[in-house]
Amino acid sequence: MTELAPWLAVAGLGAFHGANPAMGWLFAVALGLHRQSRRIVWLALLPIAIGHGLSVALVLALAVTLGLFVDQRALEVACGLLLLGWAGYHVLFGHRARVRVGMRTGMAGLGLWSFLMATSHGAGLMLLPVVMSLCLAATPARELTASGSLPVALAALGVHTLAMLAVTAAIAVTVYEVVGVAFLRRGWINLDRVWTLALVAAGLILLL
Amino acid sequence: MATWQPDPSFYPSPRMAAKAPKETLAYVAAFDPERKKPDAIAVVDVDPASASYSRIVGQVEMPNTGDELHHFGWNACSSCLCPNAPHPHVERRYLIVPGLRSSRIYVIDTKADPRKPEIVKVIEPGEIAEKANYSRLHTTHCGPEGIYVNALGDAEGKAPGGIFLLDHESFNVLGRWEMDRGPQELAYDFWWHLGHDTMVTSEWGLPETFENGLVPEVLLGSKYGRRLHFWDLHKRKHQQEIDFGEEHQLVFELRPAHDPTKAHGFVGCVISLKDLSSSIWTWYRDGDEWAVKKVIEIPAEPADEDDLPPVLKGFKAVPPLVTDIDLSMDDRFLYVSCWGTGDMLQYDVSDPFAPKLAGKVRIGGIVARATHPGAANGALNGGPQMVEISRDGKRVYFTNSLYGAIDPQFYPEGIDGWMVKLDVGENGGIDFDPKFFVDWPKGHRPHQIRLEGGDCSSDSYCYP
Repeated sequence: MTELAPWLAVAGLGAFHGANPAMGWLFAVALGLHRQSRRIVWLALLPIAIGHGLSVALVLALAVTLGLFVDQRALEVACGLLLLGWAGYHVLFGHRARVRVGMRTGMAGLGLWSFLMATSHGAGLMLLPVVMSLCLAATPARELTASGSLPVALAALGVHTLAMLAVTAAIAVTVYEVVGVAFLRRGWINLDRVWTLALVAAGLILLL
Repeated sequence: MATWQPDPSFYPSPRMAAKAPKETLAYVAAFDPERKKPDAIAVVDVDPASASYSRIVGQVEMPNTGDELHHFGWNACSSCLCPNAPHPHVERRYLIVPGLRSSRIYVIDTKADPRKPEIVKVIEPGEIAEKANYSRLHTTHCGPEGIYVNALGDAEGKAPGGIFLLDHESFNVLGRWEMDRGPQELAYDFWWHLGHDTMVTSEWGLPETFENGLVPEVLLGSKYGRRLHFWDLHKRKHQQEIDFGEEHQLVFELRPAHDPTKAHGFVGCVISLKDLSSSIWTWYRDGDEWAVKKVIEIPAEPADEDDLPPVLKGFKAVPPLVTDIDLSMDDRFLYVSCWGTGDMLQYDVSDPFAPKLAGKVRIGGIVARATHPGAANGALNGGPQMVEISRDGKRVYFTNSLYGAIDPQFYPEGIDGWMVKLDVGENGGIDFDPKFFVDWPKGHRPHQIRLEGGDCSSDSYCYP
């Protein structure tokens, strides 16, 4: 845990996820506007972060578990290919999802929405290269072990989710209180493209 | 192809959309009632500063005959900005144009030259029948899950009619929209309250009861549509049916409030079997349910038997026949087309339960045959029908044909097409623009109008 850079990367990815309107800050703003309540904007942040965190946790848990049984290189290759495939899926179908949660949703529905969005976007997968490198660095022999990986993965999950929550909160509150949704017209740049590139980059890091 | 920024014609809220630049072009569906020459989408110049103002400046003809172009819409619109299904980096450039009779869909690209749109894809009825089991395509709306198209009958033209989805980029038929349709069988119009996760649908009748004209026995037996249906927009499940009762027939155009926080809308009922009146109803949220209230009743006008078509002679009256309505972007003015009497009425609906008449013009009409300052030859036939409002609410356009097989029942000598424009006063009031009268070329009749960049029935919004 001596190196700071990978932890910054984990937090940076959290910030990147939080900045994407498709991950929830926009939904929090919309719910606040609909119910004319600043409180709702703040309240909505919680299920959004929980849903996102759960989705990431699921992916990390799966990877850590596999790491105990599967050869490290094989796992890297498999995850790398999965990431590239996910990038392709994101380009083709990312904007074509079935809409299951609407503007009348309660907080549970919002959490479910956030979980589905994070999962379908491959948010947890994007973290794999950096979390795997952290897990390897956690043991002297650079192996994937339960005792080495578990605390590191949990710490990464915490750092990532907190960074995501902080950025989600900052943008949601700024847009709700100061900027207003008019800015979406020109200011909403296509983060889906950047997202696809990030998935590809993460996949390549694992493969190469 | 995805873009870096949202399409500039997408607006988060109706308030912002009302500040959009003025439209310079209008697209108008034009069909041949004889079904001998191809139907077309005509492009009308609506820029007062242009030398060709109020003229048809372009046209794209369909490759077939007998489609009966009727309603149409855009591939994508402001709902792409919604937070629950965000995908605003697409272009509003394709018109989705169904044939009501042929059940074909034309996808028409307006981007390269907006005055010379081009057909880029044709979806044949077989594909729609196979993937969605529907035919007789009516209304289209761009929405959260792609392009929604509704159909008045199943693949065989029987019940039920319903809605299916198209992909907004590839235009593939994605399949039937309904997961649980409950008691719903008939279809006519549909739209939604994005802020209330609710779809609303209305009713006309099955193809066999209108494709050769309205059938008097069906009408007098109250067998045409008379219900509204409310659905969970995301679960795609029928929730509630409201029957307007035996007296009311033909529940048509649905105009929900544009402001997504409001839970009310307006629907027109064409005819009352009691007194031939037309009515406007407000639907609204009442506790956990939807409810309706009749808020406007427009009476029939007594007339001399000799001036009436055979179908009306016995009644000695002209029914108003409200066949289209449209709501301004600020949800303040409701425009009501009285295709029978020839009136275009403007109501202030600031209080949706107590509309006040704010403006009125008369043109055409079964008996009135009222003229227009820009018309060359006095007596006009047909009446106000498909009406469209500019996003800023200052201009209103409308055409005069209802439906090929029904036109001659009420206008037996045929309809000479026209399109006109109204200017709207600051606080209501409407007047003809004397310079805007499109004397529609013979052989075609004009129907729905879509304005460049969007209009008051093209977009739905997720932010107040």
